[in-house]
Amino acid sequence: MKIQDASNSIINEFDNFEDWMDKYNYLIELGKSLPMIEEKYKVESNLIPGCQSRVWLHAEFDGKLIHFTADSDAVITRGIANLLIRVYSDHTPQEILDASTEFIKEIGLTEHLSPTRSNGLMSMIKQIKMYALAYKTKLAIDQ
Amino acid sequence: MEKQLQLLDPMVIRKDFPILSTMVNNHPLVYLDNAATTQKPQAVLDALTDYYLHYNANVHRGVHHLSQQATIAFENVREKIRQFINAASSHEIIYTRGTTESINLVASTWGRKNIKAGDEILISEIEHHSNIVPWQMLCEEKQAILKVIPIHENGTLDMDAFYQMLTDKVKLLAITHVSNTLGTITPVKELIDAAHANNTIVLVDGAQALSHIKVDVQDLGCDFYAFSAHKIYGPMGIGGLYGKEHILEAMPPYQGGGEMIQSVSFEKTTYNELPFKFEAGTPNAGGAIGFGAALDYINKLGIDNIAAYEHRLGNYATRRLMENSNIRIVGTAPEKASVISFLIDRIHPFDAGTILDQMGIAVRTGNHCTQPLMDKYGVPGTIRASLAFYNTESEVDALINGISKVEQLFL
Ligand SMILES: Cc1ncc(COP(=O)(O)O)c(C=O)c1O
Repeated sequence: MKIQDASNSIINEFDNFEDWMDKYNYLIELGKSLPMIEEKYKVESNLIPGCQSRVWLHAEFDGKLIHFTADSDAVITRGIANLLIRVYSDHTPQEILDASTEFIKEIGLTEHLSPTRSNGLMSMIKQIKMYALAYKTKLAIDQ
Repeated sequence: MEKQLQLLDPMVIRKDFPILSTMVNNHPLVYLDNAATTQKPQAVLDALTDYYLHYNANVHRGVHHLSQQATIAFENVREKIRQFINAASSHEIIYTRGTTESINLVASTWGRKNIKAGDEILISEIEHHSNIVPWQMLCEEKQAILKVIPIHENGTLDMDAFYQMLTDKVKLLAITHVSNTLGTITPVKELIDAAHANNTIVLVDGAQALSHIKVDVQDLGCDFYAFSAHKIYGPMGIGGLYGKEHILEAMPPYQGGGEMIQSVSFEKTTYNELPFKFEAGTPNAGGAIGFGAALDYINKLGIDNIAAYEHRLGNYATRRLMENSNIRIVGTAPEKASVISFLIDRIHPFDAGTILDQMGIAVRTGNHCTQPLMDKYGVPGTIRASLAFYNTESEVDALINGISKVEQLFL
């Protein structure tokens, strides 16, 4: 699925929610649903700095696509990480770099975008884009 | 003679704080983050507006009317602060940006001059980063040693450990009066007496104390006392440092610039007298004037009445929280200000805080700038409700209901 399509499908899902409780309920469900990262990757070097909850992000590059896995000790943060992975994982570095972050506003999580919120959403996106940039650079060098 | 305590009526008081009628996420704001910063009464807002509308001018500079008026107001507040903490002289009150700057001032001037290699500085496990990092920096520079008084499980200082650690190597004790995370009121007077008997200088971090309990620096006997206006219903960006006159006199200046000098030539500069020696540059005069209005407001209510009200409300909140067996209160010192840190079993503080925010309830989550303390308790952080005299029992009830919602969602 294209990044844009994945974003749109998330926006559609969130459109159905009547109030904030529904929305957070869903995020919490997403957060509880799966173990998202292999234990061995929950290491200091994968921790995203500056978050109130601990957030681990692990990236693997197969030469074409980047695969992300993530986890957090806070459920809402896991839910948000889950959404980000649905959107950004399994894409090329260039696609990830080009992708907009509009969908986060659309689903009414802008409050989590403000720089005062140390919940990691901004940091996660930044880290995802950093990986994309790093792998893009690596590709260019390797060629 | 004991003054008769007066019962404060929060419903009347709340009218003085316009921001308290704000709606957040379609809920009435329940502001329980007073340890981070307090809200400002209309009187403070009026004083700020009045200053900027009618007599904004640089202080201690001009002979013109406005400058004189601003200077008089600015210096009157210094006197108000002196009275409020009962310092011996208003020269002993130095304006700073707040507690953090006050502590850094002492570290860079008194500290640089007096701390030598091998000396020890004693702090405690419940200190705010502001009362840790400046001393770490000083110790690093001077090859001095930072030692930490441990606490008991309930959040009180381990006094036996303190007495053992208080050797003749200890040149400075830097200790909080009230813990911003646990609410513990430390036995500062006992600590100060013991330190002084040992020729140890004492700095008290009063950031959280001034708004909650009566502070009398002469009675305490401390050498330095640091505080912030914004934690006691005044504006941000202004605060103060109390220091004993003879100690301040012997200290080198802090920053160089205008106002702190007596005469300047390129060969030699002589410094101004106290307190101006430590007040380089244009001060936050408007902020100081707002601070003065805040102190007037507190004096009108009476700090003892405030303490009594907050004590009762703190007890009520503690009791309500303890009714829930999923809740663990972190910090249960017998002497406590109305600051309550807690954890909900199996729920991350961040998750709880996010949901409470949806219901208009403002609490603080995280490590509260006391990371070493969180490590001590082995928790990632806590949820902290910090109460002020304008909070009510029904706001505490709103928090309790909010927590039920949180539990419904996560458990
Ligand atoms: C105990 C304590 N010390 C120091 C500070 C720092 O105060 P400020 O940020 O106003 O300088 C705070 C503020 O949170 C505090 O609670």
